[in-house]
Amino acid sequence: MLILTCPYCGINADETDLHGDGEAHIPRQGAGAAEDDFEAYLFHKKNPRGVHFERWRHVFGCGKWFHAARDTMTLEVFGTYKAQTFEPPKALINKIKKKRLDWEGYMK
Amino acid sequence: MKRYSAFAIAREALRFHTGWERAWRTPEAKKHYDVVIVGAGGHGLATAYYLGKNHGITNVAIIEKGWLGGGNTGRNTTIIRSNYLQDESAAIYEKARSLYETLSQDLNYNIMFSPRGVMMLAQTEHEIRGYKRTEHANRLQGIETRFISPAAVKKLLPIIELSGPRFPVLGALWQPRGGTARHDAVAWGYARACSDMGMDILQKTEVTAIQQKAGQVTGVETTRGTITTGKLGIVVAGHSGQLADMAGFRLPIESVALQALVSEPIKPCMDVVVMANTVHGYMSQSDKGEMVIGGGADGFNNYTQRGSFHHIEETVRALIETFPIVSRLKMLRQWGGIVDMTGDRSPIISKTPLGNTFINCGWGTGGFKSIPGSGWAMAEMMAKGEPGELAAGFGLDRFREGRFIDESVAAGVAH
Repeated sequence: MLILTCPYCGINADETDLHGDGEAHIPRQGAGAAEDDFEAYLFHKKNPRGVHFERWRHVFGCGKWFHAARDTMTLEVFGTYKAQTFEPPKALINKIKKKRLDWEGYMK
Repeated sequence: MKRYSAFAIAREALRFHTGWERAWRTPEAKKHYDVVIVGAGGHGLATAYYLGKNHGITNVAIIEKGWLGGGNTGRNTTIIRSNYLQDESAAIYEKARSLYETLSQDLNYNIMFSPRGVMMLAQTEHEIRGYKRTEHANRLQGIETRFISPAAVKKLLPIIELSGPRFPVLGALWQPRGGTARHDAVAWGYARACSDMGMDILQKTEVTAIQQKAGQVTGVETTRGTITTGKLGIVVAGHSGQLADMAGFRLPIESVALQALVSEPIKPCMDVVVMANTVHGYMSQSDKGEMVIGGGADGFNNYTQRGSFHHIEETVRALIETFPIVSRLKMLRQWGGIVDMTGDRSPIISKTPLGNTFINCGWGTGGFKSIPGSGWAMAEMMAKGEPGELAAGFGLDRFREGRFIDESVAAGVAH
Protein backbone atom coordinates (compact mmCIF):
# COMPACT_ATOMS: atom_id res chain seq x y z
CA MET A 1 0.00 0.00 0.00
CA LEU A 2 1.48 3.30 -1.10
CA ILE A 3 1.36 5.93 1.65
CA LEU A 4 2.03 9.62 0.98
CA THR A 5 2.06 12.47 3.49
CA CYS A 6 -0.20 15.29 2.37
CA PRO A 7 1.91 18.46 2.65
CA TYR A 8 -1.17 20.56 3.43
CA CYS A 9 -2.92 18.64 6.18
CA GLY A 10 0.02 16.50 7.32
CA ILE A 11 -1.97 13.28 7.14
CA ASN A 12 -0.32 10.03 6.09
CA ALA A 13 -2.83 9.12 3.43
CA ASP A 14 -2.84 5.70 1.78
CA GLU A 15 -3.42 5.37 -1.95
CA THR A 16 -7.15 4.73 -1.62
CA ASP A 17 -7.50 8.28 -0.22
CA LEU A 18 -5.50 9.72 -3.08
CA HIS A 19 -5.72 10.15 -6.82
CA GLY A 20 -2.52 10.00 -8.85
CA ASP A 21 -2.36 12.13 -11.96
CA GLY A 22 0.96 11.38 -13.56
CA GLU A 23 4.10 13.31 -14.34
CA ALA A 24 4.65 16.69 -12.66
CA HIS A 25 6.53 19.82 -13.73
CA ILE A 26 5.59 19.62 -17.41
CA PRO A 27 6.16 23.12 -18.84
CA ARG A 28 2.89 24.43 -20.21
CA GLN A 29 2.68 25.14 -23.94
CA GLY A 30 0.33 27.79 -25.24
CA ALA A 31 -1.48 28.37 -28.51
CA GLY A 32 1.65 29.74 -30.18
CA ALA A 33 3.78 26.71 -29.45
CA ALA A 34 5.52 24.71 -32.17
CA GLU A 35 3.73 21.49 -33.15
CA ASP A 36 6.47 19.24 -31.78
CA ASP A 37 6.48 21.05 -28.43
CA PHE A 38 2.72 20.90 -28.15
CA GLU A 39 2.63 17.20 -28.98
CA ALA A 40 5.32 16.51 -26.39
CA TYR A 41 3.48 18.61 -23.83
CA LEU A 42 0.23 16.70 -24.33
CA PHE A 43 1.45 13.14 -24.82
CA HIS A 44 5.13 12.35 -24.35
CA LYS A 45 5.97 10.91 -20.97
CA LYS A 46 9.26 10.34 -19.18
CA ASN A 47 7.83 7.18 -17.61
CA PRO A 48 11.14 6.55 -15.80
CA ARG A 49 12.23 3.34 -14.17
CA GLY A 50 13.40 5.03 -11.00
CA VAL A 51 12.91 8.54 -9.64
CA HIS A 52 9.58 10.04 -10.70
CA PHE A 53 8.05 13.39 -9.83
CA GLU A 54 4.31 13.29 -9.99
CA ARG A 55 1.05 15.04 -9.20
CA TRP A 56 -1.36 13.72 -6.62
CA ARG A 57 -4.63 14.93 -5.19
CA HIS A 58 -5.78 14.24 -1.65
CA VAL A 59 -9.32 13.47 -2.89
CA PHE A 60 -10.76 11.91 0.25
CA GLY A 61 -9.08 14.48 2.50
CA CYS A 62 -8.39 18.14 2.04
CA GLY A 63 -8.96 17.86 -1.74
CA LYS A 64 -5.78 19.75 -2.62
CA TRP A 65 -3.19 18.98 -5.29
CA PHE A 66 0.37 18.26 -4.24
CA HIS A 67 3.56 16.77 -5.68
CA ALA A 68 5.46 13.65 -4.69
CA ALA A 69 8.89 12.24 -5.56
CA ARG A 70 8.89 8.48 -5.67
CA ASP A 71 10.89 5.55 -7.01
CA THR A 72 8.81 3.56 -9.51
CA MET A 73 10.96 0.44 -9.01
CA THR A 74 10.97 0.22 -5.22
CA LEU A 75 7.96 2.46 -4.37
CA GLU A 76 10.24 4.34 -1.96
CA VAL A 77 8.82 7.81 -1.32
CA PHE A 78 11.49 10.52 -1.16
CA GLY A 79 9.12 13.28 -0.13
CA THR A 80 6.02 15.31 -0.90
CA TYR A 81 5.67 19.06 -1.36
CA LYS A 82 3.07 21.67 -2.17
CA ALA A 83 2.08 22.22 -5.77
CA GLN A 84 2.74 25.99 -5.91
CA THR A 85 6.16 25.60 -7.50
CA PHE A 86 7.68 25.08 -10.95
CA GLU A 87 10.41 22.75 -9.74
CA PRO A 88 11.07 20.41 -6.83
CA PRO A 89 12.62 21.85 -3.64
CA LYS A 90 16.46 21.90 -3.62
CA ALA A 91 16.61 19.96 -0.34
CA LEU A 92 14.56 17.14 -1.83
CA ILE A 93 16.72 16.98 -4.95
CA ASN A 94 19.86 16.78 -2.80
CA LYS A 95 18.31 14.05 -0.71
CA ILE A 96 17.48 11.99 -3.80
CA LYS A 97 20.97 12.55 -5.28
CA LYS A 98 22.50 11.13 -2.12
CA LYS A 99 20.29 8.06 -2.29
CA ARG A 100 20.46 7.50 -6.06
CA LEU A 101 23.99 8.20 -7.21
CA ASP A 102 23.27 7.41 -10.88
CA TRP A 103 20.18 9.63 -11.04
CA GLU A 104 20.48 12.14 -13.86
CA GLY A 105 18.25 14.81 -12.34
CA TYR A 106 14.62 15.63 -12.88
CA MET A 107 15.24 17.64 -16.06
CA LYS A 108 16.44 14.52 -17.94
CA MET B 1 13.07 -30.21 -36.20
CA LYS B 2 11.16 -33.41 -35.58
CA ARG B 3 7.43 -32.89 -35.77
CA TYR B 4 5.22 -33.59 -32.79
CA SER B 5 2.53 -36.16 -33.59
CA ALA B 6 0.68 -39.13 -32.19
CA PHE B 7 3.19 -41.29 -34.03
CA ALA B 8 6.09 -39.47 -32.30
CA ILE B 9 4.55 -40.15 -28.89
CA ALA B 10 4.20 -43.85 -29.74
CA ARG B 11 7.77 -43.98 -31.07
CA GLU B 12 9.20 -42.30 -27.97
CA ALA B 13 7.12 -44.44 -25.65
CA LEU B 14 8.89 -47.50 -27.09
CA ARG B 15 12.38 -46.06 -26.43
CA PHE B 16 11.88 -44.55 -22.99
CA HIS B 17 11.48 -40.97 -24.30
CA THR B 18 15.15 -40.65 -25.16
CA GLY B 19 14.57 -39.17 -28.61
CA TRP B 20 12.90 -35.83 -27.84
CA GLU B 21 14.84 -32.83 -29.08
CA ARG B 22 15.18 -29.50 -27.35
CA ALA B 23 12.35 -27.27 -28.54
CA TRP B 24 14.72 -24.44 -29.49
CA ARG B 25 18.46 -23.91 -29.78
CA THR B 26 20.55 -21.75 -27.42
CA PRO B 27 22.94 -20.23 -29.94
CA GLU B 28 25.90 -17.88 -29.62
CA ALA B 29 25.22 -14.37 -30.91
CA LYS B 30 26.37 -13.65 -34.46
CA LYS B 31 27.99 -10.33 -35.33
CA HIS B 32 25.27 -9.23 -37.72
CA TYR B 33 21.59 -9.91 -38.38
CA ASP B 34 19.27 -8.50 -41.03
CA VAL B 35 16.68 -7.90 -38.33
CA VAL B 36 17.05 -7.64 -34.56
CA ILE B 37 13.96 -7.82 -32.41
CA VAL B 38 14.22 -6.75 -28.79
CA GLY B 39 11.89 -8.71 -26.56
CA ALA B 40 11.15 -12.44 -26.77
CA GLY B 41 7.63 -12.30 -25.46
CA GLY B 42 4.63 -13.37 -27.48
CA HIS B 43 4.58 -10.23 -29.65
CA GLY B 44 8.32 -10.29 -30.38
CA LEU B 45 8.38 -13.99 -31.22
CA ALA B 46 5.25 -13.69 -33.35
CA THR B 47 6.85 -10.80 -35.24
CA ALA B 48 9.91 -12.93 -35.93
CA TYR B 49 7.79 -15.92 -36.93
CA TYR B 50 5.73 -14.00 -39.50
CA LEU B 51 8.87 -12.25 -40.80
CA GLY B 52 10.13 -15.71 -41.69
CA LYS B 53 6.87 -17.30 -42.73
CA ASN B 54 5.23 -14.47 -44.68
CA HIS B 55 8.25 -12.50 -45.89
CA GLY B 56 11.13 -15.00 -46.05
CA ILE B 57 13.41 -13.05 -43.71
CA THR B 58 15.16 -15.54 -41.44
CA ASN B 59 18.49 -13.93 -40.53
CA VAL B 60 16.86 -12.67 -37.36
CA ALA B 61 17.87 -12.39 -33.71
CA ILE B 62 15.36 -12.07 -30.90
CA ILE B 63 17.09 -10.57 -27.87
CA GLU B 64 15.59 -11.08 -24.43
CA LYS B 65 16.74 -9.63 -21.11
CA GLY B 66 15.23 -12.44 -19.05
CA TRP B 67 13.86 -15.70 -20.39
CA LEU B 68 11.45 -16.05 -23.28
CA GLY B 69 7.82 -15.57 -22.40
CA GLY B 70 8.79 -14.51 -18.87
CA GLY B 71 7.15 -11.10 -18.91
CA ASN B 72 3.51 -10.32 -19.57
CA THR B 73 3.14 -13.36 -21.85
CA GLY B 74 3.40 -15.51 -18.74
CA ARG B 75 1.46 -13.13 -16.52
CA ASN B 76 -1.87 -12.54 -18.23
CA THR B 77 -5.26 -14.18 -17.81
CA THR B 78 -5.14 -15.79 -21.31
CA ILE B 79 -8.41 -14.31 -22.59
CA ILE B 80 -8.91 -14.10 -26.37
CA ARG B 81 -11.71 -12.00 -27.84
CA SER B 82 -12.21 -9.42 -30.58
CA ASN B 83 -15.43 -7.61 -29.66
CA TYR B 84 -14.00 -4.12 -29.99
CA LEU B 85 -15.90 -1.00 -30.96
CA GLN B 86 -13.53 0.79 -33.33
CA ASP B 87 -12.89 -0.61 -36.81
CA GLU B 88 -9.07 -0.59 -36.57
CA SER B 89 -9.11 -2.49 -33.26
CA ALA B 90 -11.74 -4.97 -34.39
CA ALA B 91 -9.70 -5.72 -37.53
CA ILE B 92 -6.44 -6.50 -35.78
CA TYR B 93 -7.96 -8.35 -32.81
CA GLU B 94 -10.17 -10.42 -35.12
CA LYS B 95 -7.13 -11.23 -37.28
CA ALA B 96 -5.40 -12.41 -34.09
CA ARG B 97 -8.40 -14.44 -32.94
CA SER B 98 -8.77 -16.14 -36.29
CA LEU B 99 -5.03 -16.96 -36.39
CA TYR B 100 -5.36 -18.48 -32.92
CA GLU B 101 -7.93 -20.92 -34.29
CA THR B 102 -5.35 -22.71 -36.43
CA LEU B 103 -2.19 -21.78 -34.55
CA SER B 104 -1.65 -25.23 -33.04
CA GLN B 105 -1.60 -26.81 -36.51
CA ASP B 106 0.39 -23.93 -37.96
CA LEU B 107 3.14 -24.17 -35.32
CA ASN B 108 2.86 -27.95 -34.79
CA TYR B 109 2.63 -27.08 -31.10
CA ASN B 110 -0.47 -27.48 -28.98
CA ILE B 111 -1.37 -24.03 -27.68
CA MET B 112 -4.62 -25.41 -26.23
CA PHE B 113 -6.85 -22.78 -27.83
CA SER B 114 -10.27 -23.21 -26.30
CA PRO B 115 -13.00 -21.17 -28.02
CA ARG B 116 -15.33 -21.53 -25.07
CA GLY B 117 -17.00 -18.14 -25.45
CA VAL B 118 -16.49 -14.82 -23.71
CA MET B 119 -19.25 -12.85 -22.04
CA MET B 120 -18.94 -9.28 -20.86
CA LEU B 121 -21.56 -8.59 -18.24
CA ALA B 122 -23.70 -5.48 -18.41
CA GLN B 123 -24.38 -4.39 -14.85
CA THR B 124 -25.57 -0.83 -15.40
CA GLU B 125 -27.97 0.76 -17.86
CA HIS B 126 -25.02 2.51 -19.50
CA GLU B 127 -23.28 -0.78 -20.11
CA ILE B 128 -26.38 -2.21 -21.76
CA ARG B 129 -26.42 0.69 -24.20
CA GLY B 130 -22.65 0.50 -24.69
CA TYR B 131 -22.66 -3.22 -25.43
CA LYS B 132 -25.63 -2.99 -27.77
CA ARG B 133 -23.71 -0.38 -29.67
CA THR B 134 -20.68 -2.68 -29.78
CA GLU B 135 -22.87 -5.55 -30.98
CA HIS B 136 -24.08 -3.44 -33.93
CA ALA B 137 -20.54 -2.24 -34.67
CA ASN B 138 -19.29 -5.83 -34.58
CA ARG B 139 -22.00 -6.90 -37.01
CA LEU B 140 -20.79 -4.29 -39.49
CA GLN B 141 -17.20 -5.44 -38.93
CA GLY B 142 -18.12 -9.07 -39.57
CA ILE B 143 -17.48 -10.23 -36.02
CA GLU B 144 -20.07 -12.45 -34.44
CA THR B 145 -21.26 -11.07 -31.09
CA ARG B 146 -24.71 -11.00 -29.54
CA PHE B 147 -26.29 -9.09 -26.71
CA ILE B 148 -27.97 -11.75 -24.58
CA SER B 149 -30.56 -11.62 -21.80
CA PRO B 150 -29.96 -12.38 -18.11
CA ALA B 151 -31.79 -15.70 -18.59
CA ALA B 152 -29.39 -16.64 -21.38
CA VAL B 153 -26.46 -15.65 -19.15
CA LYS B 154 -27.76 -17.91 -16.41
CA LYS B 155 -28.15 -20.79 -18.87
CA LEU B 156 -24.54 -20.48 -20.03
CA LEU B 157 -23.22 -19.87 -16.53
CA PRO B 158 -25.32 -21.53 -13.82
CA ILE B 159 -23.06 -20.41 -10.93
CA ILE B 160 -23.81 -16.73 -11.51
CA GLU B 161 -26.00 -14.70 -9.14
CA LEU B 162 -28.10 -12.44 -11.35
CA SER B 163 -29.81 -10.31 -8.73
CA GLY B 164 -26.94 -9.04 -6.60
CA PRO B 165 -28.06 -5.86 -4.84
CA ARG B 166 -25.18 -3.68 -5.99
CA PHE B 167 -24.25 -5.27 -9.30
CA PRO B 168 -27.31 -6.94 -10.86
CA VAL B 169 -26.68 -8.72 -14.16
CA LEU B 170 -28.79 -6.99 -16.81
CA GLY B 171 -27.45 -8.85 -19.83
CA ALA B 172 -24.16 -9.56 -21.51
CA LEU B 173 -22.24 -9.14 -24.73
CA TRP B 174 -21.53 -12.69 -25.84
CA GLN B 175 -18.77 -13.64 -28.27
CA PRO B 176 -19.13 -17.39 -28.76
CA ARG B 177 -15.84 -17.74 -30.66
CA GLY B 178 -13.72 -16.03 -28.01
CA GLY B 179 -11.96 -18.10 -25.39
CA THR B 180 -8.61 -18.88 -23.84
CA ALA B 181 -5.28 -20.47 -24.77
CA ARG B 182 -2.27 -21.74 -22.90
CA HIS B 183 -0.18 -18.58 -22.71
CA ASP B 184 3.27 -20.15 -22.20
CA ALA B 185 2.65 -22.55 -25.07
CA VAL B 186 2.03 -19.62 -27.41
CA ALA B 187 5.51 -18.25 -26.63
CA TRP B 188 7.09 -21.72 -26.73
CA GLY B 189 5.39 -22.68 -29.97
CA TYR B 190 6.52 -19.50 -31.73
CA ALA B 191 10.03 -19.87 -30.26
CA ARG B 192 10.32 -23.44 -31.53
CA ALA B 193 9.14 -22.47 -35.00
CA CYS B 194 11.48 -19.44 -35.12
CA SER B 195 14.45 -21.51 -33.99
CA ASP B 196 13.59 -24.08 -36.65
CA MET B 197 13.73 -21.39 -39.34
CA GLY B 198 17.30 -20.59 -38.21
CA MET B 199 16.54 -17.54 -36.10
CA ASP B 200 18.60 -16.99 -32.95
CA ILE B 201 16.79 -16.47 -29.65
CA LEU B 202 19.32 -14.84 -27.31
CA GLN B 203 18.02 -15.13 -23.78
CA LYS B 204 19.60 -13.46 -20.72
CA THR B 205 20.93 -10.78 -23.05
CA GLU B 206 20.11 -7.19 -22.18
CA VAL B 207 20.22 -4.35 -24.68
CA THR B 208 22.20 -1.51 -23.11
CA ALA B 209 22.38 0.96 -25.98
CA ILE B 210 21.12 1.51 -29.52
CA GLN B 211 23.74 2.57 -32.08
CA GLN B 212 22.82 4.95 -34.84
CA LYS B 213 24.47 6.79 -37.68
CA ALA B 214 22.94 9.61 -39.73
CA GLY B 215 19.50 8.97 -38.31
CA GLN B 216 19.54 5.24 -39.12
CA VAL B 217 19.92 2.40 -36.67
CA THR B 218 23.16 0.45 -37.11
CA GLY B 219 23.12 -1.96 -34.20
CA VAL B 220 22.58 -2.64 -30.54
CA GLU B 221 25.01 -2.98 -27.68
CA THR B 222 24.15 -5.86 -25.43
CA THR B 223 25.56 -7.61 -22.42
CA ARG B 224 26.90 -10.17 -24.91
CA GLY B 225 28.65 -7.65 -27.13
CA THR B 226 27.73 -5.47 -30.07
CA ILE B 227 25.35 -6.78 -32.71
CA THR B 228 24.90 -4.88 -35.96
CA THR B 229 21.58 -4.93 -37.75
CA GLY B 230 19.77 -3.54 -40.75
CA LYS B 231 16.43 -3.20 -39.00
CA LEU B 232 15.43 -3.01 -35.36
CA GLY B 233 12.08 -3.94 -33.83
CA ILE B 234 11.32 -2.86 -30.26
CA VAL B 235 8.69 -5.10 -28.71
CA VAL B 236 9.15 -4.79 -24.96
CA ALA B 237 5.73 -3.77 -23.56
CA GLY B 238 6.13 -2.11 -20.15
CA HIS B 239 9.78 -1.23 -20.71
CA SER B 240 9.24 0.47 -24.09
CA GLY B 241 10.04 3.83 -22.52
CA GLN B 242 13.57 2.68 -21.63
CA LEU B 243 14.28 1.42 -25.15
CA ALA B 244 12.77 4.54 -26.72
CA ASP B 245 15.03 6.60 -24.46
CA MET B 246 18.07 4.69 -25.84
CA ALA B 247 16.86 5.36 -29.38
CA GLY B 248 16.35 9.03 -28.58
CA PHE B 249 12.61 9.59 -28.57
CA ARG B 250 9.73 9.59 -26.12
CA LEU B 251 6.48 7.68 -26.16
CA PRO B 252 2.93 8.56 -25.12
CA ILE B 253 3.05 5.68 -22.66
CA GLU B 254 2.93 5.21 -18.92
CA SER B 255 3.70 1.92 -17.22
CA VAL B 256 1.59 0.54 -14.40
CA ALA B 257 1.24 -2.79 -12.65
CA LEU B 258 -1.82 -4.87 -13.53
CA GLN B 259 -2.48 -7.86 -11.36
CA ALA B 260 -4.10 -11.24 -11.45
CA LEU B 261 -4.58 -14.17 -9.11
CA VAL B 262 -5.54 -17.83 -9.24
CA SER B 263 -7.42 -19.99 -6.80
CA GLU B 264 -6.84 -23.56 -5.73
CA PRO B 265 -8.07 -26.03 -8.37
CA ILE B 266 -11.70 -27.13 -8.11
CA LYS B 267 -14.01 -29.30 -10.19
CA PRO B 268 -15.26 -27.81 -13.47
CA CYS B 269 -17.93 -25.22 -12.68
CA MET B 270 -17.76 -22.68 -15.49
CA ASP B 271 -16.94 -23.26 -19.13
CA VAL B 272 -17.02 -19.68 -20.38
CA VAL B 273 -14.93 -16.58 -19.75
CA VAL B 274 -16.67 -13.83 -17.80
CA MET B 275 -15.66 -10.18 -17.72
CA ALA B 276 -17.32 -7.60 -15.53
CA ASN B 277 -16.09 -4.12 -16.34
CA THR B 278 -18.19 -2.26 -13.80
CA VAL B 279 -16.49 -4.05 -10.94
CA HIS B 280 -13.30 -4.50 -12.91
CA GLY B 281 -12.87 -8.22 -12.57
CA TYR B 282 -12.73 -11.15 -14.93
CA MET B 283 -12.68 -14.84 -14.35
CA SER B 284 -12.31 -18.13 -16.18
CA GLN B 285 -11.51 -21.68 -15.13
CA SER B 286 -8.27 -23.18 -16.35
CA ASP B 287 -7.96 -26.76 -17.56
CA LYS B 288 -6.30 -27.56 -14.24
CA GLY B 289 -9.41 -26.30 -12.45
CA GLU B 290 -8.00 -23.09 -11.02
CA MET B 291 -10.18 -20.02 -11.17
CA VAL B 292 -8.08 -17.43 -13.03
CA ILE B 293 -9.02 -13.96 -11.87
CA GLY B 294 -7.94 -10.66 -13.36
CA GLY B 295 -7.89 -7.57 -11.20
CA GLY B 296 -7.29 -3.86 -11.40
CA ALA B 297 -4.40 -1.74 -12.57
CA ASP B 298 -2.56 0.59 -10.22
CA GLY B 299 -3.39 4.27 -10.39
CA PHE B 300 0.25 5.39 -10.53
CA ASN B 301 3.40 4.69 -12.59
CA ASN B 302 5.40 1.75 -11.38
CA TYR B 303 7.55 -1.17 -12.48
CA THR B 304 7.12 -3.37 -9.42
CA GLN B 305 5.43 -6.44 -11.00
CA ARG B 306 3.25 -6.89 -7.93
CA GLY B 307 0.45 -4.31 -7.70
CA SER B 308 -1.48 -2.75 -4.83
CA PHE B 309 -3.27 -4.97 -2.36
CA HIS B 310 -6.52 -3.03 -2.26
CA HIS B 311 -7.22 -4.00 -5.90
CA ILE B 312 -7.37 -7.65 -4.86
CA GLU B 313 -9.84 -6.77 -2.16
CA GLU B 314 -12.03 -4.81 -4.57
CA THR B 315 -11.96 -7.52 -7.23
CA VAL B 316 -12.66 -10.38 -4.85
CA ARG B 317 -15.40 -8.44 -3.05
CA ALA B 318 -17.24 -7.95 -6.32
CA LEU B 319 -16.63 -11.51 -7.47
CA ILE B 320 -18.13 -13.16 -4.40
CA GLU B 321 -21.24 -11.10 -4.84
CA THR B 322 -21.66 -12.22 -8.45
CA PHE B 323 -20.32 -15.75 -7.84
CA PRO B 324 -21.21 -16.72 -4.24
CA ILE B 325 -19.78 -20.19 -4.91
CA VAL B 326 -16.21 -18.85 -4.88
CA SER B 327 -16.46 -17.22 -1.45
CA ARG B 328 -14.62 -19.98 0.39
CA LEU B 329 -11.96 -20.61 -2.24
CA LYS B 330 -8.36 -20.22 -1.21
CA MET B 331 -6.17 -18.16 -3.48
CA LEU B 332 -2.94 -19.84 -4.53
CA ARG B 333 -0.94 -17.13 -6.24
CA GLN B 334 -1.07 -13.44 -7.02
CA TRP B 335 1.22 -11.56 -9.39
CA GLY B 336 1.54 -8.38 -11.40
CA GLY B 337 2.69 -7.49 -14.87
CA ILE B 338 3.89 -4.13 -16.14
CA VAL B 339 1.50 -2.89 -18.78
CA ASP B 340 2.19 0.00 -21.14
CA MET B 341 -0.84 2.26 -21.25
CA THR B 342 -1.52 4.78 -24.00
CA GLY B 343 -3.97 7.62 -23.62
CA ASP B 344 -6.54 6.11 -26.01
CA ARG B 345 -5.94 2.54 -24.75
CA SER B 346 -5.00 1.41 -28.26
CA PRO B 347 -1.62 -0.02 -29.21
CA ILE B 348 1.22 1.53 -31.16
CA ILE B 349 2.59 -0.33 -34.20
CA SER B 350 4.70 2.28 -35.84
CA LYS B 351 7.80 3.55 -37.53
CA THR B 352 9.84 5.73 -35.18
CA PRO B 353 11.88 8.93 -35.50
CA LEU B 354 14.97 6.69 -35.82
CA GLY B 355 15.34 5.20 -39.32
CA ASN B 356 14.75 1.47 -39.84
CA THR B 357 13.54 1.21 -36.25
CA PHE B 358 10.02 0.04 -35.53
CA ILE B 359 8.08 -0.17 -32.33
CA ASN B 360 5.20 -2.35 -31.20
CA CYS B 361 3.89 -1.43 -27.77
CA GLY B 362 1.03 0.14 -25.88
CA TRP B 363 -1.11 -3.00 -25.76
CA GLY B 364 -1.82 -2.08 -22.16
CA THR B 365 -4.03 -4.60 -20.44
CA GLY B 366 -5.01 -6.45 -23.65
CA GLY B 367 -1.84 -7.84 -25.17
CA PHE B 368 -2.19 -11.60 -25.04
CA LYS B 369 -5.28 -11.87 -27.23
CA SER B 370 -3.60 -9.90 -29.98
CA ILE B 371 -0.27 -11.73 -30.22
CA PRO B 372 -0.68 -13.38 -33.67
CA GLY B 373 -2.33 -10.31 -35.26
CA SER B 374 0.21 -7.97 -33.74
CA GLY B 375 3.12 -10.10 -34.96
CA TRP B 376 1.53 -10.36 -38.41
CA ALA B 377 1.13 -6.58 -38.72
CA MET B 378 4.55 -5.78 -37.22
CA ALA B 379 6.31 -8.27 -39.51
CA GLU B 380 4.58 -6.78 -42.55
CA MET B 381 5.71 -3.28 -41.53
CA MET B 382 9.28 -4.38 -40.80
CA ALA B 383 9.60 -6.29 -44.08
CA LYS B 384 8.15 -3.56 -46.30
CA GLY B 385 9.27 -0.50 -44.33
CA GLU B 386 5.75 0.89 -44.28
CA PRO B 387 2.75 -0.16 -42.20
CA GLY B 388 0.24 -2.39 -43.98
CA GLU B 389 -3.52 -2.27 -43.74
CA LEU B 390 -3.71 -3.77 -40.23
CA ALA B 391 -1.12 -1.45 -38.69
CA ALA B 392 -1.93 1.74 -40.58
CA GLY B 393 -4.19 3.26 -37.93
CA PHE B 394 -1.86 2.54 -35.03
CA GLY B 395 1.02 4.89 -35.90
CA LEU B 396 2.64 7.24 -33.41
CA ASP B 397 1.48 10.17 -35.56
CA ARG B 398 -2.14 9.62 -34.51
CA PHE B 399 -1.46 11.50 -31.26
CA ARG B 400 -0.11 14.56 -33.03
CA GLU B 401 -3.00 14.49 -35.48
CA GLY B 402 -5.68 13.85 -32.89
CA ARG B 403 -6.75 10.72 -34.76
CA PHE B 404 -7.25 8.54 -31.69
CA ILE B 405 -8.60 5.01 -31.73
CA ASP B 406 -10.52 5.53 -28.56
CA GLU B 407 -11.06 2.24 -26.81
CA SER B 408 -10.84 3.72 -23.32
CA VAL B 409 -14.50 4.63 -23.55
CA ALA B 410 -15.49 1.71 -25.74
CA ALA B 411 -13.82 -1.03 -23.75
CA GLY B 412 -14.23 0.40 -20.29
CA VAL B 413 -11.32 -0.50 -18.09
CA ALA B 414 -10.83 -4.23 -18.35
CA HIS B 415 -9.45 -4.58 -21.82
